[in-house]
Amino acid sequence: MTAATQPAGRFTRWRSRTMGDVTGWIGLVITPAMALLLLATMLFVWNTAEIDQTTRNILEGAKLRAQFEEHLFMAAWSTVFVIGIAVPAGIFLTRPRFKRYATPVLTFASSGQAIPAYGLLILFFTWLGTGPWTAIAAFTLYAILPVLRNTIVGLEQVDDAIIEAGRGMGLSKMQVLRRIELPLSVPVILAGIRTALVINVGMAALAVFIGGGGLGETINSGLKLRRDIATFMGAGIVALLALVIDWLAALAERYLRPKGI
Amino acid sequence: MSTKENSRVEAHTSEALIHLDRVSKIYPGTEQPAVDDLTLDVPEGEILILVGPSGCGKSTTLRLINRTIEPTSGRIIFEGEDVTDVNPDHLRRRIGYVIQQIGLFPHRTIAENIGTVPQLLGWDKSRISARVDELLEMVGMEPEIYRDRYPKELSGGQAQRVGVARALGADPDVLLMDEPFGAIDPITRDRLQNEFLRLQAELRKTIVFVTHDIDEAIKMGDRIAILRAESHIAQLDTPERILAQPADEFVEDFLGGGATLKGLNLRRVGEIELGRLPVIEPTTPRDQAISLLRSSPDDDFLLLLDGEGRPSRWIDEANLNDPSTPLERAGLTVMVRVEPEDTLADALEYMLQSAHGGACVVDARGRYQGVIRLETIMREINAMQEAARRHAAELRAQEEQS
Repeated sequence: MTAATQPAGRFTRWRSRTMGDVTGWIGLVITPAMALLLLATMLFVWNTAEIDQTTRNILEGAKLRAQFEEHLFMAAWSTVFVIGIAVPAGIFLTRPRFKRYATPVLTFASSGQAIPAYGLLILFFTWLGTGPWTAIAAFTLYAILPVLRNTIVGLEQVDDAIIEAGRGMGLSKMQVLRRIELPLSVPVILAGIRTALVINVGMAALAVFIGGGGLGETINSGLKLRRDIATFMGAGIVALLALVIDWLAALAERYLRPKGI
Repeated sequence: MSTKENSRVEAHTSEALIHLDRVSKIYPGTEQPAVDDLTLDVPEGEILILVGPSGCGKSTTLRLINRTIEPTSGRIIFEGEDVTDVNPDHLRRRIGYVIQQIGLFPHRTIAENIGTVPQLLGWDKSRISARVDELLEMVGMEPEIYRDRYPKELSGGQAQRVGVARALGADPDVLLMDEPFGAIDPITRDRLQNEFLRLQAELRKTIVFVTHDIDEAIKMGDRIAILRAESHIAQLDTPERILAQPADEFVEDFLGGGATLKGLNLRRVGEIELGRLPVIEPTTPRDQAISLLRSSPDDDFLLLLDGEGRPSRWIDEANLNDPSTPLERAGLTVMVRVEPEDTLADALEYMLQSAHGGACVVDARGRYQGVIRLETIMREINAMQEAARRHAAELRAQEEQS
């Protein structure tokens, strides 16, 4: 899912498209089904288990809403920064002048991802202190790789003949990039963004450890106060959020894909 | 190709639309130039073929013209204007460009693809869509059906037609074509080549056409430049002259076997003077027929025409002296008929099949026009070789003078 490359060649392209349609539809149906199943389990637990006052305090509506908003805030901004950094960087690293830096940069970004997410968060904490923006900075760095890699892969898989034809007809380099290369790599770049978004929604649950807030607070309180139901509910909401966002991104991928490819 | 066309070619050589002046290209990091000191004129309104073995620099040469590859040294003159240093994007919008892989934009409709250059030039929408429809018709594709389709819905041949239409988008005077029919099956390729030649007969564009296939070069070219390594011109001439008089061993090798036979493909039966035969009709009296046959001592046969003037039987003196068989059933049936559009190679093929050293030439309705004999073809071959020799001698004389 991180690097959805498109094989070249008429036959394979046709095949992967059809297969893609089928798996695409299955994906669009399975994700909501899983989300509904999870929601049903959560409601079942809530209605059947014994809920004490501490648990009720942890899961208070106003608190949850605030955490939910913080959570989304962090996930959204870190994704925006990821796109703002990784897509232009990917464009630069596929231009002839900077092409040779693509491999070293990707290697560096990959090794960056080898650092445990939690460790990265703590590193940023020692540097930038507490608060949601520290978390956003750490998440941004952590989620750059899939978008950067997919931008590079997406731009590189554009058939050279199409670019040559465009240049040969008098499109400038900028026009070729805007009208040909970027539209043709949209599906691959979107797949990378979708991955980054899901990573960021999950990661935002860790922000609580550096005072960033988010739904991690509910999970953390549940763990500390030994209220398993609260922990389960907090984790369940994060998972639901990730599933819904993944589903929305899948829809976007489907409808933002240019016609004809 | 007729001699008339050859004289057209010569008359135009002074009006070069594209002129490469001592152009070289050395790729960075290499010492061997890809193109070395090439001076080349592309005359207006004709197809110039660049042909040569792979790696000879023919594609590089083509790309130097629209500056998709920038020359290391030398000047490029286009329509009388030095374009070596102008904005290459603006230059390219004046030059149609077709490549082997076509490179249609897959996310754009056929209409958007064809309208690319007009759109870059700022034409208004209605003018672009009128032009798109006109071009689709021109390449034999129904605009209503194909306008809004995407490239992936086209067959290889259709895609190549759209590629040509796209190159003609803003009606450029010049087309550059890099092995445009190279990736297409032989049958479709032959059809596309013929279609393209018909189109060119109307449009009279100035075309530089790269191929590695000498047969395609002979078929498509008004003139052919045979290139050896580093884009040195081994010979530049009409296909006829190159076939009749290869400049050197390299050209001879490149032409391969059967150059003379290939040359016969360039001449049509209608272009040469036909021979005459003594002709009779079913109503001609036999004694008159016999004296007719005796009066032309070169011929062993008379040709019997049917009521509508179509050749029907070969008749010799023995047949005429045997009154038991009516003339309509005497002698031998005329098996092969050659039409004026057939090439001399076709005619030769028919003759070799027939029992006689000759073939009847008929018009579209099958009426007798004359006869073509083996000697006629021999004479044509000699004439072609003689003309080419004279031309080669003239060229040498010119070279010595300068």
